[in-house]
Amino acid sequence: MINQQSPFIQKPQSVSVIMFMVLGALLPAIIVNVYYYGIGVLLNIILASITALFAEFLILKMRKIDIKSSLGDGSALVAAWLLAVSVPSISPWWIIFIGTLFTIVVAKHFYGGLGSNLFNPAMIGYAVLLISFPSVMTKWPASIDISMQQSLDLFFSGTTLAIDSISSATPLDYIKTELFQGSTISEIKNNASISTALAGIHYVAIAYFFGGLFLFFKKIITWHLPITFLVSIIAIASLFNIIDPQQFSTPIFHLINGGTILCAFFIITDPVSGPTTPRGKIVFAFLAALIILLIRNFGGYPEGIAFAVIFLNICVPLIDKLTQPKVFGHD
Amino acid sequence: MKIIDKIFKFSGGIRAETYKDISTKNPIKSLLIPKKLILPLRQHVGKISRLKIKVGDRVLKGQLIAEADGNVSAAVHAPTSGLITSMEKELIPHPSGLPDFCLTLVPDGKDIWMDRKVIDYKKIGFNETIKKLRNSGIVGLGGAAFPSHLKLTSYQKNQVHTLIINAAECEPYITCDDMLMRERGLDLIKGILLVQELLGAKKSIIGIEDNKPEAIKVLRGLVIDSNIQIKVVPTIYPSGDAKRLIYLINGIQIPKDKRSSEFGIQMFNVATLVSIHRYINFGEPSISRIVTITGNVHKPQNYDVLFGTPLEYLIKDTGGQIVNNDTYIMGGPMMGFKLPSKKVPVTKAMNCVISAEPEMLAEKKEVLPCIRCARCADACPVMLQPQELYWFAKSKQLESAEEYKLFDCIECGCCSYVCPSNIPLVQFYRYAKSEIIENVRNSEEANIARERNEFRINRLEREKQERAERNAQRRAQNTPEEKSKLIDEKRKEISDALNRISNTKEKI
Repeated sequence: MINQQSPFIQKPQSVSVIMFMVLGALLPAIIVNVYYYGIGVLLNIILASITALFAEFLILKMRKIDIKSSLGDGSALVAAWLLAVSVPSISPWWIIFIGTLFTIVVAKHFYGGLGSNLFNPAMIGYAVLLISFPSVMTKWPASIDISMQQSLDLFFSGTTLAIDSISSATPLDYIKTELFQGSTISEIKNNASISTALAGIHYVAIAYFFGGLFLFFKKIITWHLPITFLVSIIAIASLFNIIDPQQFSTPIFHLINGGTILCAFFIITDPVSGPTTPRGKIVFAFLAALIILLIRNFGGYPEGIAFAVIFLNICVPLIDKLTQPKVFGHD
Repeated sequence: MKIIDKIFKFSGGIRAETYKDISTKNPIKSLLIPKKLILPLRQHVGKISRLKIKVGDRVLKGQLIAEADGNVSAAVHAPTSGLITSMEKELIPHPSGLPDFCLTLVPDGKDIWMDRKVIDYKKIGFNETIKKLRNSGIVGLGGAAFPSHLKLTSYQKNQVHTLIINAAECEPYITCDDMLMRERGLDLIKGILLVQELLGAKKSIIGIEDNKPEAIKVLRGLVIDSNIQIKVVPTIYPSGDAKRLIYLINGIQIPKDKRSSEFGIQMFNVATLVSIHRYINFGEPSISRIVTITGNVHKPQNYDVLFGTPLEYLIKDTGGQIVNNDTYIMGGPMMGFKLPSKKVPVTKAMNCVISAEPEMLAEKKEVLPCIRCARCADACPVMLQPQELYWFAKSKQLESAEEYKLFDCIECGCCSYVCPSNIPLVQFYRYAKSEIIENVRNSEEANIARERNEFRINRLEREKQERAERNAQRRAQNTPEEKSKLIDEKRKEISDALNRISNTKEKI
């Protein structure tokens, strides 16, 4: 069948187009983030991008893979950006540097590079940072005006400024600590500092949502993962909230805090480490929502996205195998 | 009647640019008879036809020159009157690219018909009609070239209630059926009614893609019989695949290893029905067809061509290639194959030839790793998981590939079409399928060899045993006196022999 080379026509979205669309979809949230919390996130993204491309370049060279096509596919940048928007925007430069290196070198290339990584690379990078540097990783900007000078100082010299004056725990972290000390949700809600921090977070979440819609309408992602995930978060959080409103936050709180929206549209939608069958996507998203809420409500960490996603990545082959769609003409 | 009008959309498929209007601007064109015709003896699925004439014979138009050999075979007729000058292996339009036996007919230019006999199928009965159709040379003209009489006979065992007419023509570029319906709609309707009657079907449904409004209009104007229904299906490749079209129309999923007739449905392509009508009602066997010549040529259009006409004759008439690359694709761009040469003849399976557009030959973009985006799974009309099959094929996990229904793959090319990593997925599946078939064949051969060996060992064992038994029997029968007598005789023989030898030695 030497002449059987069909099809002779092809009209795909190329891998790089897909990757750059994802980067584009992150832009609104980045802009909103800069508006509320200063240029910290931009500094993270710039350093993450440089580190990622450099690390990718070196590894590709070592693995003797064509650098031009592989470096240009944008996959390293996507992982780097996702990590950069996940770490606190007031963290020092070495945080994102170490995290990005780990993401690209270990989580991506040690497992075989693009298409072969078992785990979501950005989440591996995040988990490593969270476990290694918990104090830095749980300090998020509190006040709305952080000057450019402050951002630069924080980024390059870490803790020279009185970091505590502009940082706070995230609402998730704060609630966890307060609940642990015996407060109730209604008492915590009266605290002023948390509501200040919340203002910006709301808008960032909404911006992620619009970015996600863009990906959906451009057919980069299907509805299965994000919709199932968000619906499951609302349903499961409601259930907890109904059982004990003083111990468990409202579904809306869970929806807009932490990385819920980012996770729904950008993290669990990573095709390489995620499930491929439609039913598998639904199972994966539901389990992710369940585990995240279990960690948030009962676990030792305030946020559980990274751990939930990493755990479920291990289950993907099983999920895919058990959720094979019915082949045409078969029962 | 609302329910019957429903279209059952199959999952997957692609909406590719169709490029159909480039070849429908002009009516179907007939050309002068070329200087020679090359007639392959195998233009159909099945056994090669059996020659009925000799080299040097004169033949008339429509004369049987090779008959169907057995049931799964089809006849070949002379497309015009002339002289048979040779029989040799020549290049034919086949994906293998290998030459096959062909007759060369040099036309005398008179184009004299043989005696055409109208077949009074009502009088001679069904069985006689089918027997005659076996030598009509008619095969599926949609490209599959399956002998048509076989599709008509299957009805005896399973009552067919619905005739589906495949007028979808879903591959891009191809317009031969579209033009046929526009210009010869009445012939088609007559063919439908005829075949419906032969099958004993109660109704006929024409399945046609909505990108052929002119043809739909013509057919709507002609259909007065309420037994014929026109179902307009959306333009989604591969809606013209038999099982996809049946699903679109009836909502029935026919499994890979089943025939549609088992579900009371039989399907024919429009051009095939017209041929059957021409044969039964006019006595004209299958000697020509409509071919789309399109793509990278100056004047793309459809031709009514005698079988055997060299392709280059048609290419020349279109004004030749715009960009010269001398590459031609037979069939559509999704499932077609490159022709070995433009000298190949037009055959029954040749519905379309695309002069390759430069971008079809462009060096394929670099293949990147699969990112499991599952666009291929979304595009697969069989609901397979192409990304998994690719992985299994690549890593030679052939059993897993079979488990994931590799052999249900119809090689339609949708997965390759949408793959963002430019992976030639269909090639991987073709490779895996051939590997599996090869393995099965090898293991069958090994089994046969093993069985033979075991049989031989058994036989030797048995012979040994039988010999032992025979000896034992003989021993048992012989009394001691007889035995000693036997021994004495033997001894005597030996001593005699020794004496002879010593005597001869002495003489020397």
